[in-house]
Amino acid sequence: MHSTITKVTLSNGLSVLLKEIHTSPIISHWIWYRVGSRNEIPGITGISHWVEHMQFKGTPQFSAGILDKAISREGGYWNAFTYLDWTTFFETMPADKIDLALRLEADRMTNSLFDPGEVGSERTVIISERQGSENEPLFQLGEEVQAVAFRVHPYHHEIIGDMADLQTIQRGDLYKHYRMNYVPNNAVLAVAGDFDSQVMLARISELYEGIPKGPEPARLIRPEPPQPGERRVTVEGPGETTYLQAAYRVPASQHPDFFPFIVLDSLLAGPSNFNMFSGGISNKTSRLYRALVERELAVSVNGELHATIDPYLYSVTLTIHPEHTPDQAEAVLDEEIMRLYDTPPTTEELLQAVKQARALFAYGSESISNQAFWLGFAEMFATYDWFTSYLDKLAAVTPDDVQRVVRTYLRPQNHVLGVYLPTENEEAPA
Amino acid sequence: MNTLQSPSSTLHSLLGSDDITRVQLPNGIIILARPNFNSPSVVLNGYLTTGSLFDPDDKLGLADFTASALMRGTAQRDFQQIYQALESVGASLGLGGSTHSTTFGGKALAEDLDLLLGILAECVRLPVFPIDQVERLRAQLLTNLAIRAQDTGDMASLTFDQIVYEGHPYSRPEDGFPETVQAIQREDLAEFHRTHYGPRGMVIAVVGAVDPLQAVEKVTRILGDWENSDQPEPPALPPIPILDGLVTRRVIIPGKSQADIVLGTAGPVRNSPDFLPALLGNSVLGQFGMMGRIGDAVREKAGLAYYASSNLSGGVGPGPWYASAGVDPTHVDKAVELIQSEITRFITEPVSLEELSDSQAQFIGRMPLALESNAGVAGALLNLERYALGLDYYRRYPDLVRAVTPEDILEVARRYLHPDHLGIAIAGSI
Repeated sequence: MHSTITKVTLSNGLSVLLKEIHTSPIISHWIWYRVGSRNEIPGITGISHWVEHMQFKGTPQFSAGILDKAISREGGYWNAFTYLDWTTFFETMPADKIDLALRLEADRMTNSLFDPGEVGSERTVIISERQGSENEPLFQLGEEVQAVAFRVHPYHHEIIGDMADLQTIQRGDLYKHYRMNYVPNNAVLAVAGDFDSQVMLARISELYEGIPKGPEPARLIRPEPPQPGERRVTVEGPGETTYLQAAYRVPASQHPDFFPFIVLDSLLAGPSNFNMFSGGISNKTSRLYRALVERELAVSVNGELHATIDPYLYSVTLTIHPEHTPDQAEAVLDEEIMRLYDTPPTTEELLQAVKQARALFAYGSESISNQAFWLGFAEMFATYDWFTSYLDKLAAVTPDDVQRVVRTYLRPQNHVLGVYLPTENEEAPA
Repeated sequence: MNTLQSPSSTLHSLLGSDDITRVQLPNGIIILARPNFNSPSVVLNGYLTTGSLFDPDDKLGLADFTASALMRGTAQRDFQQIYQALESVGASLGLGGSTHSTTFGGKALAEDLDLLLGILAECVRLPVFPIDQVERLRAQLLTNLAIRAQDTGDMASLTFDQIVYEGHPYSRPEDGFPETVQAIQREDLAEFHRTHYGPRGMVIAVVGAVDPLQAVEKVTRILGDWENSDQPEPPALPPIPILDGLVTRRVIIPGKSQADIVLGTAGPVRNSPDFLPALLGNSVLGQFGMMGRIGDAVREKAGLAYYASSNLSGGVGPGPWYASAGVDPTHVDKAVELIQSEITRFITEPVSLEELSDSQAQFIGRMPLALESNAGVAGALLNLERYALGLDYYRRYPDLVRAVTPEDILEVARRYLHPDHLGIAIAGSI
């Protein structure tokens, strides 16, 4: 927990972060690329996620079937995630087996085949992944809210991509996206666990120094203009359950207002948990739970705040109580926000938010994979200092800060309201 | 790269009778404790020996409803006071009903272990089931059932259990049906608690930054005087009916993009000698690498599904051994065919030595990872107790795994899996 961090940039621009943790014979190895759905334009939405899938389809050295088996055989665990701002691949392995992960990630940074046959079968796999998500009312609602919230910025579309693009993206598009973005100067390598940093760094240099720096990836990020007024969207679909999602445009993770927003989220809907490998806690004493669930307007409430490069969304999702309407719940939600608009929160509430964050950090530190995750994750939208100074920054937030962010960001003009209306329940009570 | 590993504790070599504290109290409660001072957190996981096996048919869901209602108010604290105590320190606690047991899981900073234990004890011993909270909870449970009715995966799974376990308690969903949950009265909850909750058979694992003897002392102080002479013995399980050929049932859920398939039969119980060969065989069939042979056939080669795998539940009784996949509704028959042919191959010829040794290496190699977090260790301790595996099981485990032969797997596979006698459940817009 108190180990120091080694941070080095190789001559080809690859940023390397190492953290020694000698509590268990495990090493967790992550490579992060600064590419995600934020870097996609209409016609190729979903391509970053699809490229991530193709990274499991083999290189001349490690053919498709061999990769999975090699990691599993050594008792390792691996996976990959594509997000708005980034794509990451990780392997957590017994410490004496980590060289396999080092070699295969260095190899597939440049040598993936993108075999046309594999591209074809992966197309249907990804379409199937999207269809699985479409089965969920909350995916459908979230997709529409996101699209309405962002008219210009590429946060407009879901990470999985639009079906139209999944049907038409070609092998050439995928390979071009891969070669442009999978270059050392667009990547961060983060390793935590049971190793000696000098030995690890020497091995990383040996494997990566031969990979040349690439051109800086072309970026077309169109900033979202200020929202001129409230936006509303309705999704109709099967089921009996009504959902409401209220989304607000929020500051980027590096903005000074982001930390007051973390506290605000904690007060309104319980603390968001940024850990990848450790669960959160309940939110039954949060202001919105008391106002909405305890008063039986909703059966659940969930708040979501994301740490992103550009301003994204804070969303509150309600499962509406079967005997109430979304309008009634919305009115109470607005009342609760107005309450903070008018009166700052108490110091006790702030202290509670800080203690909750401290506990979530402790749970997260049990896992070496989670500690390695943070090393790279924080670098994707800020720097690792963002993580190490997190608790101090939360503790510095004042009641007035929280009130200020409520007044600045939770305004109707900054608001998108989405409702999922079940088609089997059209005669909902008034 | 051998120099890469520096000396550190090897967790898996430590988890054994000389490093697990196991104490049985005079009232029957079994306490398992193991320290981990690497993080300032602690988990408190365990179970009581009552569950939905005791539910009357017309009040199915009673055990689960009771467990969910325990935290809604006790003789000492109301709902908000319970959650205020927990959430204000970032702790969490949850209780839920399953077939054979009622499980609980909690976590806190180690400094708050007394608080966590105190609330657990209060909730299992002194719940008061306030009527307004019971009704609020009922609405939440009914909403969950309405959501379940729209979930293709849940409905395929529920239907599969009804086919394979017809006339057996395992055919009944633990969360009941809307009409049975409606039929449960507040008095039923109080009565179920009074007669079924007690210390006999209760197991508590405390893992984290706490001295094991202190953990035992704390549990003893708070639960050592609990008695309930009415606690019934669990009912005996009837035999599993033999399926009359292939039994297929379809659940039509309109408006869904993807259909879910669950296909299989009843498998061995956890403490049967058949279990480990079956588990290794299942790894080859539908787990290893990218979801084993089934993943290879359905996802990698045919590109039909994002997920297609097989699972073996084990458990106190004969839990299911099944394959599942999510596919486009037009691909259901093809996917079922591919899975069936993999099952046929699995019972016709032994798995290759290479396949088996891959899975054996994975089972042994992944142990340090499985035991990385406090929750992972607690889960392992509870398994030792529940299935009477012996405190040195994890020390013997590598040898047990290595002793399994392809012939053992073939024999076990033939005993349980019959390609012409399978339950097949499909849910979606089919």
